[in-house]
Amino acid sequence: MKYLKNVSSLKFFAEKCTNCLVCIDVCPHEVFKLKNKKVVVADKDLCMECGACALNCKYGAIAVNSGVGCATGIINGMLTGGEPSCDCGGSASSECC
Amino acid sequence: MDENINILELCKKPEQIEKAKRVSSEWSRSDYSGSIKCRISNSFRMKYKIKPGLYAVGEPDANSEVFASANYKLSFDVLRKALSGLSAWILVLDTKGINVWCAAAKGTFGTKELVRRIDGVKLGNFLNHRRIILPQLGAVGVNADSVFKRTGFKVYFGPVYAKDIKAYLNAGRRKTAEMRKIKFSMLDRLILTPREVIPAMNKFIIFAVIILLFFGIQPTGILFKSAWVYGEPFLLLGLASITAGSFITPVFLPFIPFRSFALKGWITGILLTVPVIFLFNSPELKNILIFSATILFFPMASSYLALQFTGSTTFTNMSGVKKELKTALPVYLISAVISIVLLIIYKLHKLAVI
Ligand code: SF4
Ligand code: SF4
Repeated sequence: MKYLKNVSSLKFFAEKCTNCLVCIDVCPHEVFKLKNKKVVVADKDLCMECGACALNCKYGAIAVNSGVGCATGIINGMLTGGEPSCDCGGSASSECC
Repeated sequence: MDENINILELCKKPEQIEKAKRVSSEWSRSDYSGSIKCRISNSFRMKYKIKPGLYAVGEPDANSEVFASANYKLSFDVLRKALSGLSAWILVLDTKGINVWCAAAKGTFGTKELVRRIDGVKLGNFLNHRRIILPQLGAVGVNADSVFKRTGFKVYFGPVYAKDIKAYLNAGRRKTAEMRKIKFSMLDRLILTPREVIPAMNKFIIFAVIILLFFGIQPTGILFKSAWVYGEPFLLLGLASITAGSFITPVFLPFIPFRSFALKGWITGILLTVPVIFLFNSPELKNILIFSATILFFPMASSYLALQFTGSTTFTNMSGVKKELKTALPVYLISAVISIVLLIIYKLHKLAVI
């Protein structure tokens, strides 16, 4: 399943990347792939902007604008003029540990 | 608590081991019923917590692995069930009763809380190793490097799903590509629908009151009979919208055309609205004003409800939802206003005011 084309704010700075593979390890959508021994963005449209890769890349080679992706949260944010915030008590990953 | 623990054995162990609460990897009947209630009731889910701290599954010792979990009881239960037959420690973070992923996104399952708990239970004092295994989705909130620098513990991001833990350990803490991927099966989506349908039904009650009042108002006063006779098709149309937007769209998500949730919801909405209109074939619905308002309003309501589901999916992103809302919100507002104006014109006409 893919969401809208070309909307993810994921940015990858290849020149800073040391190919440590951490991003491949933490991304739940296989956005990064190893190609000719180098890490590349395989499919940006699969990115859900969770931010795990950017948070765990020691070399600052990834930037992504991560945040709550639910409509209610974003509407709340628009109304209050602040950041999107949701009151989701749980999410799809209820089977995750 | 295991009654048979040898007192002398315990005395030899460091205090922290003694203090760890022992839990079974088996689920009791209340664990099963709790796991179901969580899916249905928001208020139940919010209170389904366990105390943060160190827990022991089996008979762990200084060489056993440590797993971190959220204090949402279901997250914890899923983890301890997956550890059956193993001896391990579980370090439960205080995530305010929220599951790992949501908590990581909010920052409660985060670097700071993890460091605080590792220090709090003095994890380093009784272990021979310095490893802690987190669910992969914990990476959204935890910076492994910074945890290492602050505690000396190396964070391993384990599999996304607890059921893969044994295979992960057997492979020497290595994940396959499959273990890294988050899934979103039809069953996953079906399980999530009560959380969409129930809030929508709460809004439906308000909608129903307005509809009944609207059709009940007659020149002779508010008539219950006319409220029901004229209002009934609209109540059913409302229920059809909820079915389309909060149930059919989530469950059949990949099979409905377009990537936009607003469009998906509108499509299922119109597919349900039209048959209901023809089913009733009432003179009210044949009125062009009412007909237009109906066609405008109900598929749009379904679209709105479908868009809400973006909050529960595992693949939508914030930028996309923002983009959808930018066009969808004005469309919703304008269609709602037009529908209301059409209904008012109709009503005034009926009451022979104009
Ligand atoms: S985590 Fe950063 S440095 Fe490591 S491979 Fe990914 S982008 Fe490159
Ligand atoms: S933000 Fe999340 S989904 Fe997107 S590339 Fe990074 S880890 Fe993958």
